[in-house]
Amino acid sequence: MSIKGILGRKVGMTQLFDEEGKVVPVTVLAVEPNVVTQVRTVETDGYSAAQVAFGECRVDRLTRPEQGHLRAAGVQPRRHLREFAIQADATVSVGDVITADIFAIGERVVVSGTSKGKGFAGVVKRYHFHGGDMTHGSMVHRKPQSGGATDAARTFKGNKKPGRMGGERVTQFGLKVVRFDVADNLLFVRGAVPGPDGALVEVTKARRAEKVKVRVETVRSSKKK
Amino acid sequence: MANETIIRAIENAQKRTDVPRFRGGDTVRVHAKVVEGGKERIQIFEGVALARRGEGIRDTVLVRKVTNGVGVERTFLVHSPRIDKIEVIRRGSVRRSKLYFLRDRVGKAARIKEDRNGRFADK
Repeated sequence: MSIKGILGRKVGMTQLFDEEGKVVPVTVLAVEPNVVTQVRTVETDGYSAAQVAFGECRVDRLTRPEQGHLRAAGVQPRRHLREFAIQADATVSVGDVITADIFAIGERVVVSGTSKGKGFAGVVKRYHFHGGDMTHGSMVHRKPQSGGATDAARTFKGNKKPGRMGGERVTQFGLKVVRFDVADNLLFVRGAVPGPDGALVEVTKARRAEKVKVRVETVRSSKKK
Repeated sequence: MANETIIRAIENAQKRTDVPRFRGGDTVRVHAKVVEGGKERIQIFEGVALARRGEGIRDTVLVRKVTNGVGVERTFLVHSPRIDKIEVIRRGSVRRSKLYFLRDRVGKAARIKEDRNGRFADK
């Protein structure tokens, strides 16, 4: 089966020792088997993808349309539905189960999720403004200061101001799969992943795996010189 | 399974079972694996444990020794596979867990009394 992604839940971060004994920071993702609930084909939908369900839940937590949709697919109640691309020639059918072994160790993946909400944040936290001195008579501690040119007689659209931060979709590219465990349904990815522990994440195969690899190598060789 | 339970299980699985009990003030001999010119050998670092830091898999020990009149401190990951073994040479009788004050002491003043009857033994 060549589906390109899987849904999971962020368990949290920890560390692993690699074969050299070096510490690798990893995010653990729980990827309980995803079930295919619908297959999109070029003939019927104009594109090919598989809709998968993740996260067991109580039936009464779903709307009636959702219940009917899952019943038609013969799937137990699941909280989340998401579509992932499949290869055009791939044979995926409703009821297929997707587990962590769609990825290989060392493969690059892309992880998307909803970032932690920061609430109404100031400009220092939100846009990394430097802010002013906290002391020495400074009255500009964390203020945004100038809103732009004065001869325009207005502020331009897109001006950076305080406001809601976080709680939005964030995608982290090029994370390496360090380990996976089909028995426990765990996927270990090097580095950090958006969102709080327990949050829903989408893990997909990196589209340009080789390009990412090449870029890493050039960085390394330039460092040596 | 709860998130925390999973993380703890992953970390516990990596923990070494051959780590002796020791605390700040004890004199330890750390056998560290070092790679030199493509070859691996064991390097011994013996000194006073100044501080034990972190818990579980992140547990580290800061070891201090004085070589040729120069103080050398090295931090080791207690559960690292890069460590062959840790030996406890001498138990120290100390009343605090972080012994940073030893850095300012030289010679006789930098001695630590031996804990002969296990009064300060850890936990």
